[in-house]
Amino acid sequence: MDVERTALPGIGLQHIMTTARGRQLGVISHRTGRRDLVVYDKEDPDSSIVTVALSADEASAIAELLGTGRVVEHLAELHRQVEGLVTQKIPITPGSPYDGHALAETRCRTRTGASIVAVVREGQVIASPRPDFVFNAGDVVVAVGTGEGTVAVTQILSNG
Amino acid sequence: MHSAVQLIELGAIILALGLLGAVSVRFSISPIPLYLIAGLAFGSGGILPLTDSEEFVSIGAEVGVILLLFTLGLEYTAPELVGTLRTSAPVGLADLVLNAAPGVAVALILGWGPVAAVAMGGITYVTSSGITAKVIGDLGWLGNKETPAILSILVFEDLVMAAYLPILTALLAGAGLLGGAAALGIAAATITVILFIALRHGTLVERFVSSPSEEVLLLKVLGLTLLVAGIAQQLQVSAAVGAFLVGIALSGPLAHTAQKLLAPLRDLFAAVFFVFFGLHTDPADLPPVLGIAALLAVTGVITKMGSGWIAARRAGVATTGRLRAGAALVPRGEFNIVIAGLAVSAGISASLGPLAAAYVLMLAVTGPVLARGIVPLAERLRLKRARHRGPQTDDAPLPATLTDNTAQDATTGP
Repeated sequence: MDVERTALPGIGLQHIMTTARGRQLGVISHRTGRRDLVVYDKEDPDSSIVTVALSADEASAIAELLGTGRVVEHLAELHRQVEGLVTQKIPITPGSPYDGHALAETRCRTRTGASIVAVVREGQVIASPRPDFVFNAGDVVVAVGTGEGTVAVTQILSNG
Repeated sequence: MHSAVQLIELGAIILALGLLGAVSVRFSISPIPLYLIAGLAFGSGGILPLTDSEEFVSIGAEVGVILLLFTLGLEYTAPELVGTLRTSAPVGLADLVLNAAPGVAVALILGWGPVAAVAMGGITYVTSSGITAKVIGDLGWLGNKETPAILSILVFEDLVMAAYLPILTALLAGAGLLGGAAALGIAAATITVILFIALRHGTLVERFVSSPSEEVLLLKVLGLTLLVAGIAQQLQVSAAVGAFLVGIALSGPLAHTAQKLLAPLRDLFAAVFFVFFGLHTDPADLPPVLGIAALLAVTGVITKMGSGWIAARRAGVATTGRLRAGAALVPRGEFNIVIAGLAVSAGISASLGPLAAAYVLMLAVTGPVLARGIVPLAERLRLKRARHRGPQTDDAPLPATLTDNTAQDATTGP
């Protein structure tokens, strides 16, 4: 990602950024503190199609919104690393050995150390399924454990 | 004791300007041509000649020129001027040659002599930075890629003015070639000194002028500007240039405040200046020069389109942007009239004033109209190359590296 900086004599500065998808965005920083958010035409990158004038306060509010998301993602990533835990979604395919069988029969926790914490069935989340819960093809099992453990659960559910 | 008639006349003039200004705001056009027309109407040979308030109007007009140049100098900081001179000199020179040539040629062909040719060159050369800035703002062109190139040309033109006005002043005073060279020498030395002070010791000037009270600041800035302008006039360097240099010497937050404080004064006196110019132009002199003015205007559009094209191409901008840059540079306005005003008051060829007035009237009006029309025109040219314009979403497939990341995020969920 590169940001191009150009001086606008008498006005201020122009910064233009090209995204990974090839779109161009610009910010014009006026000396007065005003900021213009500029979106460039996809087909003619020389032309701006939208220019939104922002006051200093509005600009920092937007900057905060754009910046906060990244901070949260970053924290989540950190959390994952610290815990060493992985959450995996595993579908029950029609050929699965446990299609029509109870959760207890998989003996997942004993064999892998990973736990099945939820099952998604027809868009609904069934949290903490009991040992007598019967799997159907099309269910999505949510397992939590170490990286190895969750991979092993995937193996068990598809191959037995 | 001044007579009530003078106050009545002055009030009527300013009120009329206010009404014309309202018209210009309503139709989003430049008020300059309207002010000129008002001047023509009130002046000698006009429909309603006003004569009693002339003394005030003529002083007001001079102050108007000084304030126009001063606020222009405030726009740009010294580093910006020096930077532009380094980067845009070739384009700026091309713009100068392309656009001054028609004016010089016309003056020589009409047999007005070399001094008038220098004045006419200036009149056809300068773009109205005020109108151009308004066009760029109104049409939302500020973010466009060609805009830095346009602004660089405007800065370069202003620098050229700083050298040109003293030369013209000396030539008009009948100083001849030697006197002109001497004036240029003095001007160059003054400009260098001021630029040096502004670049190295800008804080000194600012410390002298700055004040927490807006009233004190206004009086100090206005006083300093008029004083320096007067001294410059005395040294034959032209009052306008002196004011321009004071503007450059002030920078930073102080310049911003000064601009805000002086803008209303400038608007008032600049309007008075345009009226004054119109007052001294006899409407009966206009019809004989209309043909030449129209010819110059058409040439002026073509040559400025050329300047814009060259400048934008150098900035790596494609056809649409090049056309926009050219159209933005077409309007002529305040400084062309300033130059013509200098020439007229020095008693140069009687037709020069009306010619300049007609030229500016045409280009100040058609310039912004052309700018409005150029984009649909360019669009049509582009559409001919068959392209369908859908909504501008980002549905394009992601590059491989990004897809990998998102796939991982999806499987590792919350």
